[in-house]
Amino acid sequence: MARRQRIFARAAVIAALLLVRSTSADVLPDDRADLFYSKYSGGGMDITGESALVRKKITENWAVEANYFVDKVSGASIDVLSQASVIKDTRKQKTGTIEYLHDKTTYTASYINSVERDYVSNTASFSLSQDMFGDLTTVTLGYAKTNDKVGENNGTAWVPIIDWLGYAQTSSYSGGISQIITKNFIAGVNLQVITDSGYLANPYRSIRYLDSSNPKGYSLASQVYPDTHTSTAVTVQGKYYLPYRAAVTASYRYYTDTWGVVGNTVELDYTHPIKNIWILEGRARYYKQGQATFYSDLFPFADSQNFTARDQNLAALDNYTLGAKATYAFLPDGWKFFKRATVTLDISRIRFNYTDFRNIKYYGVPQYPPGTEPLYYFNATVSQIYVSMFF
Amino acid sequence: MRLRPVLTLSAVLLFSACSIQPWVKPYERDRLADPIMAWDRDAISSGYMDHIRESREGSRGATGGAGGGCGCN
Amino acid sequence: MHIANSSLLKRCAMAALVLGSSAFAAGGDAAGPAPSFTLTTLAGQPGGLGEYKGQVVMVNFWATWCGPCQQEMPLLDQMYKKYKPAGFTLIGVNVDKESPAVKELLARKPVSFPVLLDPANQVSKAYHVDEMPSSVIIDRKGQIRYVHRGYKPGDENDYQDLIRKLIRE
Repeated sequence: MARRQRIFARAAVIAALLLVRSTSADVLPDDRADLFYSKYSGGGMDITGESALVRKKITENWAVEANYFVDKVSGASIDVLSQASVIKDTRKQKTGTIEYLHDKTTYTASYINSVERDYVSNTASFSLSQDMFGDLTTVTLGYAKTNDKVGENNGTAWVPIIDWLGYAQTSSYSGGISQIITKNFIAGVNLQVITDSGYLANPYRSIRYLDSSNPKGYSLASQVYPDTHTSTAVTVQGKYYLPYRAAVTASYRYYTDTWGVVGNTVELDYTHPIKNIWILEGRARYYKQGQATFYSDLFPFADSQNFTARDQNLAALDNYTLGAKATYAFLPDGWKFFKRATVTLDISRIRFNYTDFRNIKYYGVPQYPPGTEPLYYFNATVSQIYVSMFF
Repeated sequence: MRLRPVLTLSAVLLFSACSIQPWVKPYERDRLADPIMAWDRDAISSGYMDHIRESREGSRGATGGAGGGCGCN
Repeated sequence: MHIANSSLLKRCAMAALVLGSSAFAAGGDAAGPAPSFTLTTLAGQPGGLGEYKGQVVMVNFWATWCGPCQQEMPLLDQMYKKYKPAGFTLIGVNVDKESPAVKELLARKPVSFPVLLDPANQVSKAYHVDEMPSSVIIDRKGQIRYVHRGYKPGDENDYQDLIRKLIRE
């Protein structure tokens, strides 16, 4: 089954809708090729990601980029309620991007196609980035449109039977301003409004409600989601060059949506290079969110609300992340046609704490009547290793 | 009636912008041009982390950054 | 309500149009006699504009951290070697705050034209450098004739056209 994949598919597509990742509209970035491998382990899930990316300038003004990404999931998620089934699925994502630089403006267009057995997603996005006021200010605007086909696997991981349930559409509008404040300090503000409609729920998840007629004390039912969702996120960030060669980054994001979720994110980063061979980085992040209005871990009875959800993504939670990253330039000054080549190892440790999502391990255990089970928490480790070659 | 002063002010501000002298000169951008001052050095990695976050959290969007660099053209 | 100083507006708009459409500005607000300067080379020897009286001089402002600057260096070097016998000189003014990176770069990719160091950015200020790289072309009489902002492949052809023209004067 692909419940983890479901969330990944939507998340990947949404991640792709975000603001142009990083550009400065003076020259197009260097040509590069990257090979990437990652592993996420936590909450009973193991997900590996493999990716290859190639970026090439066609002329001084035009560049193209192609990316292929494969996610493989295995494990059983905490929110498996009906069967303790093993999940095994693969998601393949292809992205093509074109960039055009004219004077102080960079135009970017990309197309993303993501396919897995029970979820197909296609996104077209366009953005524009303009340098102004002596190249101290950069203004970016972006728009993206996504169309998804949502299904449910009613078979097994090895013999799938897919039921196509519906469609979802997403539109994303983003804008950002980046401003050089001093020769040591650059700051930025980003705004992104995303609106989706259609089949927005995860069909593999169920809600539970108190049911004294059931020996376990609760019964399951399908989630009922609204068919629209609009969210607004604002980020304020700054990067400062310290008196010695190092940089600190601080950012704060405020998120709110029509489902009642409010999220606050704070992140701090420290980057320390050693000559032109090593770049070491340490980061800390704290995230806290309030639950969605129609979320509950245990509803009082069947059909108690118009909309019901028990998806842990919509629960009240917080998480802490500590990460470290080391980049080693094994070809710092290039070799033949390579300008530079680096290898990077990045490890993050995340601790999730839920304040209104209970640990399924204790469901039906006599010692814990429904609604009194211990709250869920888990640790996850994300490791990434990649090689980047610059031409 | 109200519109004219607003339009005038906007026009003046817009055009006067071309007479704002950049207070960080192009030859003073050495630190900003340093790769450690890029908002995002590794797009695959940051895209992947955003993807992980959004699959486990209820928030999405407004990540990324643009601008800075050497300002050369 | 009348927009005050509409002629300023017009000038600003014109300047924006001109600058936007071409990287070359004929003299403009930098026209006039080229400010003289004396700086030191990497080796610590003094050098300046005064040494090249009567020649056509191109002063190229560059930095080790500027990509397009690196791109044009070999082409500037070729141009220097070609036109030197005809009375042309190219002076590279480096604006890095510290010299070790300059030394290291020039050791890996040497050039034959003189390179002077301007770590205090006095010369950059005097020449109103507002883009990296910038090339200022000065005629035999010491007047600034052209200022080229930025570098894109193909610009070296424009440089050569102008240099040939000024050499013939």
